[in-house]
Amino acid sequence: MYGNAYVENTGNINSLTAGEDPVKLAEFEARIAAGEKIEPQDWMPKEYRRQLIRMIEQHAHSEIIGSLPEGTWITRAPGFRRKLALMAKVQDEVGHAQLLYSACETLGKSREDMINDLINGKSKYSNIFNYPAETWADSAVIAWLVDAGAIINQLTNSKGSYGPYCRALDRICAEESFHLKYGHDNVVFLATGTPKQRQMVQEALHRWWPPLMHFFGPSDKISQHTETLMKWKVKMASNDDMRQQFLDMYVPKIWDLGLTVPDPNLKKNETTGKWEYTEPDWEEFKRVINGDGPCNKERLAVRRMAEEKGRWVRNAILKKDAQYVAPLA
Amino acid sequence: MIIKSLDPRITRAGIDDESKDGIQQPMDQWHTYEVFQQKKRGTHHVHVGSLHAPDAELAVLFAKEQYARRGQCVNLWVVKTSDVFATEYEDEDIFTTTPEKKYREPEVYKVMDRIQAFKAKQNS
Ligand SMILES: [Fe+2]
Ligand SMILES: [Fe+2]
Repeated sequence: MYGNAYVENTGNINSLTAGEDPVKLAEFEARIAAGEKIEPQDWMPKEYRRQLIRMIEQHAHSEIIGSLPEGTWITRAPGFRRKLALMAKVQDEVGHAQLLYSACETLGKSREDMINDLINGKSKYSNIFNYPAETWADSAVIAWLVDAGAIINQLTNSKGSYGPYCRALDRICAEESFHLKYGHDNVVFLATGTPKQRQMVQEALHRWWPPLMHFFGPSDKISQHTETLMKWKVKMASNDDMRQQFLDMYVPKIWDLGLTVPDPNLKKNETTGKWEYTEPDWEEFKRVINGDGPCNKERLAVRRMAEEKGRWVRNAILKKDAQYVAPLA
Repeated sequence: MIIKSLDPRITRAGIDDESKDGIQQPMDQWHTYEVFQQKKRGTHHVHVGSLHAPDAELAVLFAKEQYARRGQCVNLWVVKTSDVFATEYEDEDIFTTTPEKKYREPEVYKVMDRIQAFKAKQNS
């Protein structure tokens, strides 16, 4: 998700366009309506910039933190080929973070400010990564289904209006197809293996189902706010639409393997074409995203340690004349 | 409290979850570089993105990791972002071909009518 599964930080602003020059705003909106991209040097409303910074930054943090639950399985991956593949996937995820940090920097927030805000808990990241990967089967379910959710979100957002974000997402989506196939391969291997392997993957799926249902965030409130963000192509689809797309694409593939998900009410309504399900526990979602989840502390502590232990390397190659400027595009 | 993890390596690292370590210093970011990639010989180098590096040599190394780790690259350029001099989108209209410059376009050169007329006159 990255883009939408967070508690919205809207402050107490009444309108996203308050105080903006009406002529410039009209030109800006006409450009977006015509399908053109906005580039860093272009005029943009303050709230467009702020919402995008928040969204891209959270997405970048999600890539970094998201590599941790899987990363812990590199040393314990069964077999050399899987070890290599998992290392490659984790490297991709960290690379995604770099691309996204760069895209966000073009909007005026420096990378060190973003990393500081992650470490001191000011910025959020995708809530799903606050849950632990207990077994190898969990890492398989993550690589298949969490990445599947991420792909739906990222493909949707890649049609958005901000040029640097769209270009980063295009690169990211190209790499995600490997993650998805690698994850599916691992799940299929376990699901078609020994009874013990089957049980492992079934249990992992049950553990990950509730966070997967949380992944796209609660239903959107219908508001002026949401409408403006959709008009500005910051938000490209409703959270419910993306969740429906996820269920439609992946529940049949799960059932196909004879696996179950822990929701007796899950079924496709053939008349409406929509999936029906038990409403996820949004109280738990809120509690975990606000810090009280099984792994929140560990995720940030590990991130902090990495920053601290890498500092001497950064200092060793630092040049005195280094002058920061924001990336161009 | 020391972090207790399902991953034995993290537990062994003995990380204090109250620590304030890791906050970035202002100079940690280095320069930014723009990266240009040539996918195969004979094609143009194309801008693919940017990165942070302390100097050009390391920028090339990072560019290889970030933008060329799946092959499909024969050459990379890195250019300091601050060395790029660019036009403004605001001045986009400087690129519009004005109507009186149509003589630059190939399709305004139409001679067939004239040739047909000439031939018809010759044969009459
Ligand atoms: Fe990713
Ligand atoms: Fe991925």
